[in-house]
Amino acid sequence: MEHDDERDILPNVITELDEIDGTMDSMENLSDCESNTAVDYLLSDDGEARRRFLIQSMIAGGGFAAANLLLSHKMIAYAQTLQNKEGRVDPAITMPVNLRVNGKSYQLQLEPQTTLLDAIRERIGLTGSKKGCDRGQCGACTVLADGHRINSCLALAAAHEGVEITTIEGLANGDQLHPLQEAFIKHDGFQCGYCTPGQIMSAAGFLKEGCPPGMTLRDCMSGNICRCGAYNGIFAAIEETIGPESRVS
Amino acid sequence: MNPFIYKRATDPGDAVHEISGNRNAKFLGGGTNLVDLMKMEVELPTELVDITRLNLKSIEKNGGGLRIGALVSNTDLATNRMVMENYPVLSQAILAGASPQLRNMATVGGNLLQRTRCYYFMDTAFPCNKRVPGSGCPAIPGYNRIHAILGTSDKCIAVHPSDMCVALAALDAVINVRGPRGDRQIPISDFHRLPGDTPNIDTNLQQDELIVSVDLPPAPFAKRSRYLKVRDRAQYAFALVSVAVALELNGSRIQSARLAMGGVAHKPWRSTDAEKILAGAPANRQTFTAAAEAAVKGAQPQKYNAFKVELAKRAIVRVLEETASGKTGGVA
Repeated sequence: MEHDDERDILPNVITELDEIDGTMDSMENLSDCESNTAVDYLLSDDGEARRRFLIQSMIAGGGFAAANLLLSHKMIAYAQTLQNKEGRVDPAITMPVNLRVNGKSYQLQLEPQTTLLDAIRERIGLTGSKKGCDRGQCGACTVLADGHRINSCLALAAAHEGVEITTIEGLANGDQLHPLQEAFIKHDGFQCGYCTPGQIMSAAGFLKEGCPPGMTLRDCMSGNICRCGAYNGIFAAIEETIGPESRVS
Repeated sequence: MNPFIYKRATDPGDAVHEISGNRNAKFLGGGTNLVDLMKMEVELPTELVDITRLNLKSIEKNGGGLRIGALVSNTDLATNRMVMENYPVLSQAILAGASPQLRNMATVGGNLLQRTRCYYFMDTAFPCNKRVPGSGCPAIPGYNRIHAILGTSDKCIAVHPSDMCVALAALDAVINVRGPRGDRQIPISDFHRLPGDTPNIDTNLQQDELIVSVDLPPAPFAKRSRYLKVRDRAQYAFALVSVAVALELNGSRIQSARLAMGGVAHKPWRSTDAEKILAGAPANRQTFTAAAEAAVKGAQPQKYNAFKVELAKRAIVRVLEETASGKTGGVA
């Protein structure tokens, strides 16, 4: 197909491809990563070839999922490249950031705009914390910072040096689950499970905070949304963990 | 987010020095509004000066009132014993806003400086006089259900989203700021601006000034005070209309009163007209209804938010009755 015809048919795709092209330009140093034919196309300097490949993949029914899978694979490899090869600094400005997560120290080299969530997931590799909305509206990214629950998607990693971060991975004591985790299993406090790490971390924070006068458990968990609607199980699990003095209305 | 340089300030003087060196630098507190706006590319600072390690986190008695450090978290402020006992409207207002996670992160200073949640403002695909002066206001002919009914201009009908600020307005708070030209005090009523012809300027704080603390003066009406927030959901939503009231009672008569509204204007809307009706009047529904009428006088509803006028009146009457009768709890 001629490029202009593709542009007529798939205007939205073209816009997204522009963004992917921009990303591709910054991923030049991936030659020593595992590659396959599809990825070679993606990394090709020939922008035309790249765009045609992606469009044809989409039309062939692969959809964007296929392209995205390939991209995320390369993103992880890119991140590892940064960590493994100190001599190879990416074109963006980076700064050293030391994070404390689940009792361990991590010396990272990050762009200042890296959120705490992205640093935890993409650089440290703790993917238990989820990116739901990335705007502080859903709570799936909830972690504890010095024991206080926060939305890690709105937290800058650089601003959280020296803060003790606890993620869902840090809640259990070795093989022994935290009482909240056991309660969530017992009361089936999840369906798809995507909001669950955030729910549990939020509940863990709530256990420390307590309930301000005039507020209920529901009020105090209002920062965590469950699209599956598993709220009954979620509240049952938290109530059991708190004990008989809890209130839910 | 556009790339930026990250710096961490060591003390207020250092913070002011850093910020005044770059017109495109901004302070970073909790980041709950700024980082969000940076992700939307509404805010594009080239430098962030992280002030979260400054020693501005105390709440102290101050000449019969309270002095609140600018970096006190919203949670810490709302759950402070002195605040809950002596300025309950402030505690209730903060707890009515956002979510526990956001309240843990958000600071007093940041709450003062948060920007409107007008969805046209937040979406760079739209023109917006607040973002780009002169480009137009799509909310005026658009879907303006959450927008202002008071103090609007033909340039902007955005609403200030804060709950805390409405309570501060009712309590005559004073904001202490520090800049390269020295220290000064800004009364809350002068802090936020009306849109007028310059909706791109939200507050009278200069770019190179740091909010250091907020003073709550002692007041006979503060102890009997209450916040009522009306919104589409029971939690985790901005106000359609909210009301902060404070009453000093002498038997069944009102000695003095304060009343401020949220969700209706570009700044917290103090109504001295309503307060004049309340002062010296009997604490009954007739008085409260008259005050409510005065509070919304001159309201200019938009196409989709005319309901706010009646809603505001009823909310005012309800919260005044609850406050006069000493009701506690269940405010949001």
